[in-house]
Amino acid sequence: MVWGVTGGLQYLVPGFLKQYLSFEKVRPLHVSSVVFWIIFGAMGAVMSYLQQHTGKKIYSCLLFRIQFLLFGITVILILVSYCAGIFGGREYWEFHPLLALPIVVGWLLFLFNFLKTVGSLRQQPVYVWMWLTGIVFFLFTFLESYLWVFPYFRMHVVKDMTIQWKSYGSMVGSWNMLLYGSSIFLMDKINQHKKYSFSTIAFVLYFTGLFNLMFNWGHHIYTLPTHAYVKHISYAVSMTELFILGRIIYLWKVSLTEAKKHFFRLSYRFLAAADVWVFLTLVLAIFMSIPGINVYTHGTHITVAHTMGATIGINSFILLAIAFDILSDTCQSFEPFKKLFNRGFWLSNISLLVFWLSLIGAGLLKANWQMQTDPVPFQTMMLQLRPFFILFLISGITLMSGMFLLIYPLVRNQWVCYFQQSGDRQKPQHFPRMSRFSIE
Amino acid sequence: MVTDRSRLLTLVLLAIGFLLYSITLYSTQPPKKPAVTALSSKGKLVWQQYNCTGCHQVYGLGGYLGPDLTNTYSRKGPAYIKAFLAGGTVTMPNFQLSAEEMEALVAYLQNIDASGTADPRSFTIHTNGTIEQ
Ligand code: HEC
Ligand code: HEM
Repeated sequence: MVWGVTGGLQYLVPGFLKQYLSFEKVRPLHVSSVVFWIIFGAMGAVMSYLQQHTGKKIYSCLLFRIQFLLFGITVILILVSYCAGIFGGREYWEFHPLLALPIVVGWLLFLFNFLKTVGSLRQQPVYVWMWLTGIVFFLFTFLESYLWVFPYFRMHVVKDMTIQWKSYGSMVGSWNMLLYGSSIFLMDKINQHKKYSFSTIAFVLYFTGLFNLMFNWGHHIYTLPTHAYVKHISYAVSMTELFILGRIIYLWKVSLTEAKKHFFRLSYRFLAAADVWVFLTLVLAIFMSIPGINVYTHGTHITVAHTMGATIGINSFILLAIAFDILSDTCQSFEPFKKLFNRGFWLSNISLLVFWLSLIGAGLLKANWQMQTDPVPFQTMMLQLRPFFILFLISGITLMSGMFLLIYPLVRNQWVCYFQQSGDRQKPQHFPRMSRFSIE
Repeated sequence: MVTDRSRLLTLVLLAIGFLLYSITLYSTQPPKKPAVTALSSKGKLVWQQYNCTGCHQVYGLGGYLGPDLTNTYSRKGPAYIKAFLAGGTVTMPNFQLSAEEMEALVAYLQNIDASGTADPRSFTIHTNGTIEQ
C-alpha cells in the first residue's frame, strides 16, 4: 500500500523520486507485493481450512516450513532486486526469471502436501475441488507465463503477447478458485451446515468459473491482431458470467436477510463487503468483455478500476474475512477494538468506492481522448486527468489508513498472545473454534 | 445431486478442451508476423531489461504513465524515438543507454509497428458487439 501511494504521488508530481525509485521500480514493487499478499494469503487459507476440513494435521509440517522459508526469502530477493533495477521486465512478474524457480519448487511442495492431506476426491465438497484446480492451474499458468524464455515463443510480438495474456488471464482465475473455495468453507462454518457446498448449484457455478478460467482470457487482447477465433471464443465465454450476475440479482433479497443475521460477526462483514464488490466488478467486467465497448475502455484507467475492485474489494476482503476467522481464537478479545474496527471497515469501503470511481472517471476521459480525430498531446491529456488523480491519491491514502485500522487489532492480539503463550509454554491450538468474539 | 463420476467427467472434458486449445496456440503463428532481425530480438530484451512496460503500453497493455508505443515508429520516426531515449523527460529516466541498445530498441519498436495498429479508431464496431480492423 505504501508503494501504491508512492506511485500515486508520482502521477501527480512528475519526476518525484525519479533519481532513486523511478516509477518503473515502484510499479513492480507495488504489483508484486499485492500479488504475493493474495497468493500466499490464499495458500495459508487453504492449508488452515484443509486441516479444519479433514480434522487432522497437514501431511507434512516440515515441508510446509520449507515452503514458507523458500517463498519468504524469494520475495525479499525480488523486492530488493527491483530497488536495484534488476528486471525480467514482463508485466506483473517483473523480476528476473531465475527467481521464478524457487516459486515453482515451493508450489510443487504445496501441491504435494495438499494431495497427501486430502487423500481422495470421493465425496468431497465443492471447495476441495476448487482448491485442487486452483493449485494445479496456478502452476500451469505460472510456467506458461515463462514460455517467453524460449526464443520460439517470444520471437513474434503478437504470439508472445497472446501466450502472455493467456497465462495471466487464467492465473487470475486460479487464485480466485483458492479464495472463493475458502470463502465457501467459511460460509459453511458460519452457517454450521454444508448444504451449499455439496449442492448441484455449487458445482454448476464451480464449473462455470472453471470454464471461464480456461477460455475467457482473450478479453484482455481484443485489440491485438491475433487469431480471430481467440476473440470470438472469449466474447462468448465471458458472457456466461451473465448467469452468475443474474443469480446475484435474483438472490438479492435472500442475501440481504442473511447479511443482517450475521453482520455482527467480524469475518462475515468482509464477506458481505466482498459480495457487493463482486457485483460492481462483475457488472464492469461484463461490459468490458464486449469487444465493441472494450475498444473504448482498453488501455485506460477503467481497466485499472476493474483490477482494483477485484484485488482489493474481492480478494483482499475475502482474505481479511479468513484472517479474522483463523486468527481470532487467541488469548484476547477484539472487544476493545470495536470502535476502531467499525471505523476502519467503513473508511476502507467508502474510500475504495471513491478510488474506484476516480479511476473510472479518469478512464472515461482517456477513452474519449483516444477516440478523437485530432487528439491533444499525451501530456496535455494527462494534465486534464489531474483532478481524478488527486481524488485517486487522497482516497488511496484514506483506504490505506482504513486497512491499517482493520489490521491493527489482528496484529496486536497475535503479538501480545504470542509472547504470553511462549511465557506460559502453552502449545498454540491447531484447530481453532469458530470466532467467539463478535461486535454488536 | 451430482455424482462424483459426472463431476470428474466434466472436469476431464474441460481439461482436454483446454489442453487442445493451448497446444493449438503454441504451435501456430498469428496472421501477421513481420521479419525479426537479430537487432530487433535484442531490442526486446533491452526493453525488458529496463522495464519500459512499467510506464508504456504496447497494444494497450502495460503501464499508464507514458503513451502507448505500438505505432510510434511509423508516426514519429526513429530520430524522434532516439531523442527521447537519449535525453529522457521529466518523468522518464535517462537510462544512459549505449548506442547499440538504442538501435536495438528502435528496431524492436519498428518490428512492433509492423505487426499491426493499436489505434482504437481503426476498428469498426458491429451491432452484435464484435469488432473488426
Ligand atoms: C518512469 C516511466 C517511464 C519509463 C520507465 C520509460 N518511459 Fe518512455 N516516456 C515516459 C513518459 C511519461 C513519456 C511522455 C513524455 C512526454 O510526452 O513529455 C515517455 C515518452 C517516450 C517516447 C516518446 C513517445 C511519443 O509518442 O511521444 C518513447 C519513444 C519512449 N518513451 C520510449 C521508452 C523506452 C524504450 C523505455 C525503456 C527503455 C521507456 N520509454 C521507459 C515515461 C517512461
Ligand atoms: C476477482 C477476480 C478478477 C481479478 C483479480 C482480475 C484481475 C485482472 C487484471 C490484473 C487485469 C489486468 C489489468 C491491468 O493491466 O491493469 C484484468 C483485466 C481484465 N479483466 Fe479481470 N479480473 C478478475 C475477474 C474478471 C472477470 C470475472 C471478468 C469478465 C467477466 C474480467 C474481465 C477483464 C477484462 C475484459 C480485462 C481486460 C481489460 C482491458 O485490458 O481492456 N475480469 N483483470
